[in-house]
Amino acid sequence: MENDELITMRDITKTFPGVIALDHAQLTLRKGEIHALMGENGAGKSTIIKCLTGVYDRDSGEVHMEGVEGNINCHSTEDAQKIGIATVYQEVNLCPNLTVAENLFIGREPRTKAGFIDWKQMNRNAKKVMDGLEISIDVTQTLENYSIAIQQMVAIARAVDRDCRALILDEPTSSLDDKEVEKLFRVMRQLRDKGVGIIFVTHFLEQVYEVCDRITVMRNGAFVGEYTVAELPRVKLVAAMLGKDFDDLAAIKNETMASADGEVLLVCDGMSHKGTIKPFNFKIRKGEVVGITGLLGSGRSEMVRCIYGADKSQSGKETMKGEELKIKAPIDSIRKGMGYLPDDRKADGCIGDLSVRENIILALQARQGMFHTIPRAKQNEIADEFIRELSIKTPSRETALKQLSGGNQQKVIIARWLATHPDLLILDEPTRGIDIGTKTEIQKMILKLAGEGMSVIFISSEIEEMLRTCSRMCVMRDGEKVGEIDHELTQENVMKAIAGGDN
Amino acid sequence: MKNLKKVTKQQLFLPIFCLFLVLLVNLFKDPSFFGISINNGVLYGRIIDVLNRGSEIAILAVGQTLVVAVSAGTDISVGSVMSLAACGTCMVLAGFGVNTTSTIQVPLIIGILFGVALGGLCGAFNGALVAKLKIQPMVATLILYTAARAIGLLFCNNQITYIRYEPYKYLGNFLPGCPIPTPIFVTIAVIIVVMLFLKKTALGTYIQSVGINSRAAKIAGLNSDMICFMCYLICGICAGMAGMVASSRIYCADSNNIGLNYELDAILAVALGGNSLGGGRFNMTGSIIGAYTIQAITTTLLAMGVSTDQAPVVKAIIVILIVVVQSPVFKSWLGKRQAKRLALSKEAA
Repeated sequence: MENDELITMRDITKTFPGVIALDHAQLTLRKGEIHALMGENGAGKSTIIKCLTGVYDRDSGEVHMEGVEGNINCHSTEDAQKIGIATVYQEVNLCPNLTVAENLFIGREPRTKAGFIDWKQMNRNAKKVMDGLEISIDVTQTLENYSIAIQQMVAIARAVDRDCRALILDEPTSSLDDKEVEKLFRVMRQLRDKGVGIIFVTHFLEQVYEVCDRITVMRNGAFVGEYTVAELPRVKLVAAMLGKDFDDLAAIKNETMASADGEVLLVCDGMSHKGTIKPFNFKIRKGEVVGITGLLGSGRSEMVRCIYGADKSQSGKETMKGEELKIKAPIDSIRKGMGYLPDDRKADGCIGDLSVRENIILALQARQGMFHTIPRAKQNEIADEFIRELSIKTPSRETALKQLSGGNQQKVIIARWLATHPDLLILDEPTRGIDIGTKTEIQKMILKLAGEGMSVIFISSEIEEMLRTCSRMCVMRDGEKVGEIDHELTQENVMKAIAGGDN
Repeated sequence: MKNLKKVTKQQLFLPIFCLFLVLLVNLFKDPSFFGISINNGVLYGRIIDVLNRGSEIAILAVGQTLVVAVSAGTDISVGSVMSLAACGTCMVLAGFGVNTTSTIQVPLIIGILFGVALGGLCGAFNGALVAKLKIQPMVATLILYTAARAIGLLFCNNQITYIRYEPYKYLGNFLPGCPIPTPIFVTIAVIIVVMLFLKKTALGTYIQSVGINSRAAKIAGLNSDMICFMCYLICGICAGMAGMVASSRIYCADSNNIGLNYELDAILAVALGGNSLGGGRFNMTGSIIGAYTIQAITTTLLAMGVSTDQAPVVKAIIVILIVVVQSPVFKSWLGKRQAKRLALSKEAA
């Protein structure tokens, strides 16, 4: 046992109805270290943090903190703050309409003898706190005047000023640009040097290697391992996160051989969307299946949203079948023959209260225009055709979509796009959260469609799935397209590319 | 039993049931409520009254239903817009600043179209604020709620403009030789036009898609903003139509009283029709039944001799009952009770 351990969490188990979110997970935070907590989506990072900060009550397990007697069991974030555990979330939860000073001291304002708020003292103190983090700003300005980065610093300052010994940063960098990230890191290093233990949750590998000392990897709610940054090169980290040990990697046979010499369908030249995706070039041929890979948050969804026009591209140009596209809204790309299955099925795909039939014909109807209603008989025919073809399990075509299971909902949304007979189909995580059988069906369907001459852009967190279906892969990292792999598509190569760097 | 359950599960069951209940009360209290007679060549009777007087609320409810469905908000300006449309029409017909007239300056149809167009303009204004500028519907329509009546007064030079021109009364009263009040025809016409429009174009599906999930609707290729705008536009036009009927009834533009508090009845009609004020799925027929239910309650109270001052109290109580019965919490409570009873009876057996 090292004696500089600040927080130790052992055997933490937490279950939600039907799901084991944490399965005997553990985490050790030492004084004066920046500790990265890594794992894919759903690995249990947020859950273990929420168990620590009192948002959730754990089912079992022990939490000890240096200087606090016995097994700690926080029931609210207030409890956690009292013993010195502070959390800063991705979304800043401060009041934008109050001044920086007010935000820092809200609820514990310095008082004058008469019991009124001592504004002068408060502003002076605020200035001192911010200066302590080497950030010189006017603390009497309202918070909304400052960038997200500064707002985050204020949130951190507020946490630190309340005698925090452990600071938890939950994906603080996802909405920051490079310079702002740099600022944040400086503050983090300062705090580390003062002996604060910092838990840093992020999806960006680069940042882990830049600022962290130690890494804990989680997968499927369980602890995978704790490593020092030096002993865990990127490729091993990715392997640990994805649960593939390098030695076990069996080469997966590539079943598809797409036409590498077909005519070019779509060319993107320097397209970008500020804050989400840096300028990228992209090309896809007729009948080709191209995968876009990278860790979550690496910009893979943002790239296809930009191509499709769900987020309007702010630079460059897009050419389809030799014709330059002017896409203002998704309807323009639909008219040009694109279809896009969004990754967030619930928020961007399903229209839950509408029937299966209405959901299927929606995009086709939108393309035809309001005054060219598809006759009801035709609608029924289309709906029935896809229900049969994709074997969608539904009581009837008039059942509300929300009553179907996730996998069947996904099939309905896929049917919506197939009904428009697109030339280019973009599938963002079509297999997420659906059962194995349906997954295989969808993969087979992609290959079949490509065989019929449809071009498909395919995004998946599961590399095997992409290896099976794609003939080429684009690699994304930190909001940027960093390369393409068009030969020797193996898990090892892809993971190396995702990890990037030289080590 | 199973069949009964099927019937009660229908969305339209409760609105119809409520209307039926109101009528039933009348049947016991005073069967003459249902009597219809012909005096001076026109139909008279409480039922005719309900159908006649309920016209404005029904027309407003048609537009309000679309607004609620698409934006999960309400257009509270419709009553004021009615008044503005009426004032506009009277100004155009009488000429600006004229207090009372028996000859009209422009053809009647132009005056009426002007009024309806004014309603449409107000709807477009509301629509632009909500759809383009993303202002909350309640706040956006609050502007015209307060301003429209005042603008109407300006149109009429701060006085009540009377149009003592016989054909102007047709719209709100009777056509010569026709025993049925004209507003009933106007309402039927509005309902048929809107229903046909919803049925023959894809607008109905579009409105529901946007109302349920506007992000997903956009990605599926719908112009969410435009669809939202159109609903407010239609709502404004409906308010204009209702204003014409209301003004024609009293052959004047009484800016302060036309359409007063009608927005509340219109919103209530939508709710009574079993439509969620949270937007999404809507049922036009339900709203229309709701509108006539409200009017039936009002007429019943008047028939029972409840004074007009006290009538709102009784109305409020009835409305509370109806809304509670329709609420999901009440329904699930009822469901649980039934399940419990079923379990108990099984145990006993």
